Amino acid sequence: MKDERQESDARQTGTEPALTPLGTPQEPPIRAREGDIIHTSPELAVGEADVRSAEHGAELVAGTSLWKDAWRRLLKNKLAVFGLAVTIFIILASIVGPLIIRKTTGFTYDFIPPDVNLERSFAPFTSPDGAFSWAHPMGTDDSGRDVLARVLDGGRISLMVGLVSTIVSLIIGISYGAVSGYFGGRLDDLMMRVVDVLYSLPYIMIVIVLLSFFKGASAPVFLTKIVSYFGGGQDVVQLVLLFMALGAVSWLTMARIVRGQVMSLKNQEFVLAAKATGVSQRRIIFRHLVPNTLGPVIVYATLTVPSVMLTEAFLSFLGLGVQPPHASWGSLASEGIKNIAIFPWQLIFPGVTMALALFSLNFLGDGLRDALDPQMRKV
Amino acid sequence: MLRFIIRRLIVIVPMVLIVVTLTWGLIRLAPGNFYTGEKRIPKAIEKNIREKYGLNRPWYVQYGKMMGSVLRGDFGMSLTYPGQSVNQILWSTLPVSATLGLLAYILALAVGVTTGTIAALKQNSKWDYASMAFAMLGISIPNFVLGPLLVLLFSLTLFWLPPALWGGGSPANLILPVLTLSAIYMAFIARLTRSGMLEVLRSDYVRTARAKGLSEVQVVFRHVLRGGIMPVVSFSGPALAFLIAGTVVVERVFALPGLGNYFINANFARDEPLIIGIVAFISIAVLIFNLLVDIGYAYIDPRIRY
Amino acid sequence: MTILDFRFWIETIDIYPGETLGLVGESGCGKSTLGRAILRLTEPTGGQVLFRGKDLAHLSQREMRDERKHLQMIFQDPMTSLNPFMRISKQLMEMTELHLGYTKDQAYEHAVKMLETVGIPDARARADSYPHEFSGGMRQRVMIAMALSCEPELLIADEPTTALDVTIQAQILELIKKLKQDTGTSVILITHDLGVVAGMTDHILVMYAGKIFEQAQTRELFACPGNPYTKGLLRSVPDPTAEQGALYQIPGLPPDVAHLPPGCPFAPRCERAEEICRQEFPPFVKLNEEHYSLCHFAEEVYAKSCSERDARKSMNQTTVQEENA
Repeated sequence: MKDERQESDARQTGTEPALTPLGTPQEPPIRAREGDIIHTSPELAVGEADVRSAEHGAELVAGTSLWKDAWRRLLKNKLAVFGLAVTIFIILASIVGPLIIRKTTGFTYDFIPPDVNLERSFAPFTSPDGAFSWAHPMGTDDSGRDVLARVLDGGRISLMVGLVSTIVSLIIGISYGAVSGYFGGRLDDLMMRVVDVLYSLPYIMIVIVLLSFFKGASAPVFLTKIVSYFGGGQDVVQLVLLFMALGAVSWLTMARIVRGQVMSLKNQEFVLAAKATGVSQRRIIFRHLVPNTLGPVIVYATLTVPSVMLTEAFLSFLGLGVQPPHASWGSLASEGIKNIAIFPWQLIFPGVTMALALFSLNFLGDGLRDALDPQMRKV
Repeated sequence: MLRFIIRRLIVIVPMVLIVVTLTWGLIRLAPGNFYTGEKRIPKAIEKNIREKYGLNRPWYVQYGKMMGSVLRGDFGMSLTYPGQSVNQILWSTLPVSATLGLLAYILALAVGVTTGTIAALKQNSKWDYASMAFAMLGISIPNFVLGPLLVLLFSLTLFWLPPALWGGGSPANLILPVLTLSAIYMAFIARLTRSGMLEVLRSDYVRTARAKGLSEVQVVFRHVLRGGIMPVVSFSGPALAFLIAGTVVVERVFALPGLGNYFINANFARDEPLIIGIVAFISIAVLIFNLLVDIGYAYIDPRIRY
Repeated sequence: MTILDFRFWIETIDIYPGETLGLVGESGCGKSTLGRAILRLTEPTGGQVLFRGKDLAHLSQREMRDERKHLQMIFQDPMTSLNPFMRISKQLMEMTELHLGYTKDQAYEHAVKMLETVGIPDARARADSYPHEFSGGMRQRVMIAMALSCEPELLIADEPTTALDVTIQAQILELIKKLKQDTGTSVILITHDLGVVAGMTDHILVMYAGKIFEQAQTRELFACPGNPYTKGLLRSVPDPTAEQGALYQIPGLPPDVAHLPPGCPFAPRCERAEEICRQEFPPFVKLNEEHYSLCHFAEEVYAKSCSERDARKSMNQTTVQEENA
């Protein structure tokens, strides 16, 4: 016991000269031991304070803004870059693709060839005589329409549904959350209780009821009037109804996020300063508070787009989504299911395109979340 | 705790009534009716029908009647399935939907939690990337695409499994529907588990557990799992609402006689009693499951007290 | 992703049973990392940690787990260091069940005994509480009870009082001191608070930027610091007897350990720095028995502070004489 002692003797190895009073260390350099670490993460490799100081130093050197910094982090994330690239490609293809196809081959999403029986349900890359042909790279559907043209045009609709519904949910969610968080107290209690109630309801059933009853010509009269005032037809009414339904379904989480942000921001100096100078409450909420919640909101919005598109596809499958003559990826895929045994490409092409789009959007959203707000690591 | 449960059980009643009212309002606001089908009906017959179903009475009388039936738990006769009461339909379809939903969720929990845990423990390894990419795929493929693709592979190409139908609930008939239904939950649960586990693995108390000298397996099972699984528990509440949407699709793809299939048909046929019945029933089920999730939450986390 | 390469540089610090070693420095200079590296909670990239004749840095995880019986740690933040999902008793029992092979009953009794030892009132009744039912000071007591329940030979206390109220701080330190005397456990006390180390430790290591800048016996270090950094730290301790005036602070911030400048890491902030400091890494100079300093001008600084001390001493003596007279 007396002689048992411990020594903390970590010798210097590597490039720096061994400047110890006891001479150069006799031990050879120690083997790297990264292999047997189970809990490796950059955060654990060093103490928290060390990370902080390291980051602090980096900021001082680079002097980057929050957004630049996030962009840099995003570009480091290979999966997010992949998602971004594919998303941009799909958006461009959906916008430009149908135009090119119309110019080159004359096919459009609703072009039914004159001799339908000859062109019905062709396999990809075949011509009427069964030989190889570039005419229909994805084949034709059972009305003889070019599947590629339909998939690209369906992309327009699907992406638009995703985007517009997300904007609807943003408008509702931000206003609701900001008002609730800013005023606090009783009003906040009440508004959040409403959100809690809505959260626990099987809202998808109500959406199904809503859409199935207002399908086709039986859309609400006031809506038809508004839309036709802007020059839209029955099909636009249907789309607007869909946007409203989908947006109304997905604003709850957004409201919660914005509320949390506003609550933490509203007592900071810049808001107090604005109050002190007599800025109106509406202006404080929408000019001072809401812009500062943008980070998490953008992240969540990016993740809302694919989830809304998925819901739209689900509704289309039930025949409640986008109505003919328009087609979305969802409605194309659900049409394809009918012929799955004989003409599987009619399901596979729209289905896989959609999955790819959602896949990349999700990766992009994930990457954005990690880049903008490393704290928000929930799904 | 008991008071909390009782309070929540009482709250279920007004909430279900709100949902039912909303649904009823939507049905009534929409133009058209269940009997306005393909052909025009003579005025006299229409008058008879309206009288028979009480449609000529003021709206509040009809609303009151409907509410009364909901509160009694007897939803009356279906309009599209002649000779069947709504309650009969509920009790005959429930086993199908419940079997599907529960099996799918159990499968999703088992696979999702395991995958998520492994991914978290081996963060940034090939395992991690592979399972997370796979999970993302699960979130991105709509189940009505996945289902037919599975059918195409296992039934129409390999001839291993039946492509559709309930078949008395035999395992062979269940495999594909359950797999299709659970895919997205598996994916979500794997992701939630992974992020939950990572958060706990970085926490101070896990460092304490390691410093104690527990083996990595002991650390994971005794100290990490419980906290890491919390996000999955809280996800289980909303998941049940999703699960309903999922079963609707799966029942249609595989032509199964479940609640969801009947619900969609009832909507198209404007079968008011059946719609109201199913909506009320599912609302109650979801609210009760939510309550169970909250109770489970308090059971796992001693800091939560109601 | 940068994995920082810490090269700790301690020249054979011997800690004898019952002794206390202080590890001092500003935050971010690697004290906690060194503490965790000794326990292999952070993997050291090189070096040796000799403990009871074994090199901890080279043990397998399995062998290391067995060593943890003798080698325990108390962490900075008691609020987060206990598992919130597990009863206190269970967390304490884990130690003895694992290392001493106690049965459940034995372990439970031992846990209650340990809680009494660290001064938890009504220990038996409170043993089955959850951590959130305890205050911060109580939780730190539980941590101490846990760490000491297998009578370890070395206890590393990583800023055990930073997260606590000032009144509780004194109690916890007193507790550590008392238990150390009772059990003969050696302690490494990591802190940025020089006041704490002065009263508790036998030896002190001063760390800066992941390097040991000075090591000495506590008395010697406080009396004649041989390093400009140590001097700066000592000057920045508020002195209640001094006339009112601005508190001294070392200018600048600790450097980013991942990108150290060439030469002495402290040179940019050092009053004594000369050209050589920015060019060459300083030598580790032996100043006295067990007193080393990492500085190009170690001897000069040492001589100066020794003479200052002598001056102070004689001044004190004269004041005393004057008072007597």
